[in-house]
Amino acid sequence: MANVSLAQFHQTFFEESAEGLAAMESALLALDDGGDAELVHGIFRAAHSIKGGAATFGFPEMAAFTHEAESLLDELRDGRRAIDAGMVELLLRTVDCLRGMFERAQGGQPLADADSEQLRQALAAAMQRGATAETSPGKQAAPANDAKVTCWKILFRPHPGMLAGGNDPLRLLRELAELGRLDVRPELDRLPKLAVLPTDECHIGWQIELHGNTTRAAIAAVFDWVEDECELQIEPAVTVSVVTEPVVVPVATAGATIGDAAPRAAREVSTAGEGGSVRVGIDKIDGLIDLVGELVITQSMLDTFREEFDMARLDQLQQGLAQLARHARALQESVMGIRMLPISAVFNRFPRLVRDLSQKLGKQVKLDLVGEHTELDKTVLEKIGDPLVHLVRNAIDHGLESPARRRAAGKSDTGTLRLEASHRGGSIVVEISDDGAGLNRDAIVAKAIQRGLMAPTDQLSDEAVAELIFQPGFSTAATTTDLSGRGVGMDVVRRNVVDLGGSVHIRSQPGSGTLFTITLPLTLAIIDGLTAAVGDERYIVPLVSIVESVQLRAEAIRTVVGGGELFRFRDAYVPIIRLREAFAAHGVDAADDGGLVIVVEGGDTRVGLLVDALIGQQQAVVKSLEAHYQRVNGISGATILADGSVALIVDVVGLVRMQGRRRAA
Amino acid sequence: MAKILAVDDSASMRGMVAFTLRGAGYEVSEAENGQLALDAARGTRFDLVLADVNMPVMDGISMVRELRTLSEYKGVPMLMLTTESHTDKKMEGKAAGATGWLVKPFDPEQLLATVKRVLG
Repeated sequence: MANVSLAQFHQTFFEESAEGLAAMESALLALDDGGDAELVHGIFRAAHSIKGGAATFGFPEMAAFTHEAESLLDELRDGRRAIDAGMVELLLRTVDCLRGMFERAQGGQPLADADSEQLRQALAAAMQRGATAETSPGKQAAPANDAKVTCWKILFRPHPGMLAGGNDPLRLLRELAELGRLDVRPELDRLPKLAVLPTDECHIGWQIELHGNTTRAAIAAVFDWVEDECELQIEPAVTVSVVTEPVVVPVATAGATIGDAAPRAAREVSTAGEGGSVRVGIDKIDGLIDLVGELVITQSMLDTFREEFDMARLDQLQQGLAQLARHARALQESVMGIRMLPISAVFNRFPRLVRDLSQKLGKQVKLDLVGEHTELDKTVLEKIGDPLVHLVRNAIDHGLESPARRRAAGKSDTGTLRLEASHRGGSIVVEISDDGAGLNRDAIVAKAIQRGLMAPTDQLSDEAVAELIFQPGFSTAATTTDLSGRGVGMDVVRRNVVDLGGSVHIRSQPGSGTLFTITLPLTLAIIDGLTAAVGDERYIVPLVSIVESVQLRAEAIRTVVGGGELFRFRDAYVPIIRLREAFAAHGVDAADDGGLVIVVEGGDTRVGLLVDALIGQQQAVVKSLEAHYQRVNGISGATILADGSVALIVDVVGLVRMQGRRRAA
Repeated sequence: MAKILAVDDSASMRGMVAFTLRGAGYEVSEAENGQLALDAARGTRFDLVLADVNMPVMDGISMVRELRTLSEYKGVPMLMLTTESHTDKKMEGKAAGATGWLVKPFDPEQLLATVKRVLG
């Protein structure tokens, strides 16, 4: 069994530790607001688990680091040390440092760095400060050197209750026998009469002679667990020579009975990439098993029709099929549910972020988190974190005003930042709103003109001005603070969201705040789409990107030199992409008059997709094209239609990009 | 083969313990905290209980104390898995009725050696 690979537990360890760190962080923040002792217990437990896991799974530097924090927490927990703001700050930094260590651990890099070493010392120093007297003696003298003893006399008299504690004297004697040859004499004088002998008590003692080259420590180790449950004497019987030089050993090592404390597991770097795993609640799995059970029952019911079928049972067959459809749908929903995680996993980092940022900027911010239990797809969840962080940073940095300015504007000193997640139809909506100053229209317009994003003469609606901030390279901050000026602009936020099949919208009211609305698909595994035909081919266009489908009229088409074809759609000209041409499908496009155009929006560009016919709306289970074939530009995946044929799913954003390149070329 | 109940709030620890013991042929059940362990122990009679000390809901020491009040758990070995080399925690566990302890970190070999030592 020595070859049990500890690496297989690394991923689980990383995941539970990330949860532990998040719990530590929120408990520390709550402590900051004057929390109770139970919080400290929770923080201690989390640190304690991480230390134990780190030591077990072969991360000694992390174990050593966490040990310092744990010692400090232990004293806080016992009330031996008071909690103050400095302590909370130090522990928050510890949480950050551990996060860094975990990141490096997942990347297989060395865990400790200059920062962690510095912090470890800071923790140790904090431990020294105001440390109360050591409760246990640090050192104790070991018994005399007994290497030359070859025979030991042992008296072992278990207390009657020892058996109840699960320690069997016979086991101890057997273990002792492994150290050398035993001569055992039982003491039966205290044994009660058989008639009154309790079967669950031990009334026998033993006088043992152990012949062999062994040490007192080795013998004592056998009785380690029962020290306080028996009378025990260990004496050398025959002494060749006794050297009475005391040897000093730290008491801590004496406690490590089972093996030595050094973790021997060589670090096996697990490639913890995006593969990852999902922790699923038992109730979800139980629900799934339940459904499968029902499915099997329905299936066996339908199976009876194979043997004998007459029209009299048609009703029953139809019922069975309807039931099967119901189960399939429920099963689909449950399986999708397994990939769903609550958005609290992302929301949880904001209390800390908001606290640190507002302190740094001298602003007062109250954070409201609403709908934390809203669940969304794990992949979406992982990728929505960064855009949300950016929006929150922006809101505090640029949106909310300083207390003085707020007071001048007749508002309360404390600004409110609100994050709300909710389900709306087949989508998840995340709203980030603040009651700050709102967008500065004049500053945006000035900047846009300077950047050449609009002409000075353009008259834009408020909505259009707000949209400008999503343009690449746009930033209105007069000086780039180190908070938002991280080279990531709103354009990246929008691109990230669009890549997930979602959209971002902004609404701003001068003087009273800004609202960002992010709409995200519930899952990436199933999409609602419109099936269209081009020759024999079937394409599915995601419903979220569709603006409208229109019949093309010849007079609405314009051809631009070098710009391809455009058609007039609601007072604007929209480029036409002929899907047949784009994907080299068979056949010829119908005459311009009467062709069908699906107007879609990808990113912030509208294009019209020319197809032969619309077939209908359906849900499509997305299958990766890359996994089965290769990546194809303009196609995001494939699905299998009801008749068994394959339809390709159009990647609208990719297609728009392709079109842009073709025009530029 | 002997039935073992592994109690730990850490999934990785529990996983390591359960995997190691199953590999050696033991039948292993897992519980996330003392309370769930008690529920499991009331349904099945385990031959050995391995329990973490620090757990939410119900800690390992309280769990051992509760388990010992059940007649079918008199004499059943119960080991505390603990990183605390503090003598007081061990003694607290012993006083509650634990058979002994296994100090973390331990590797699969050490775990098996101790389990064999207890189960014979």
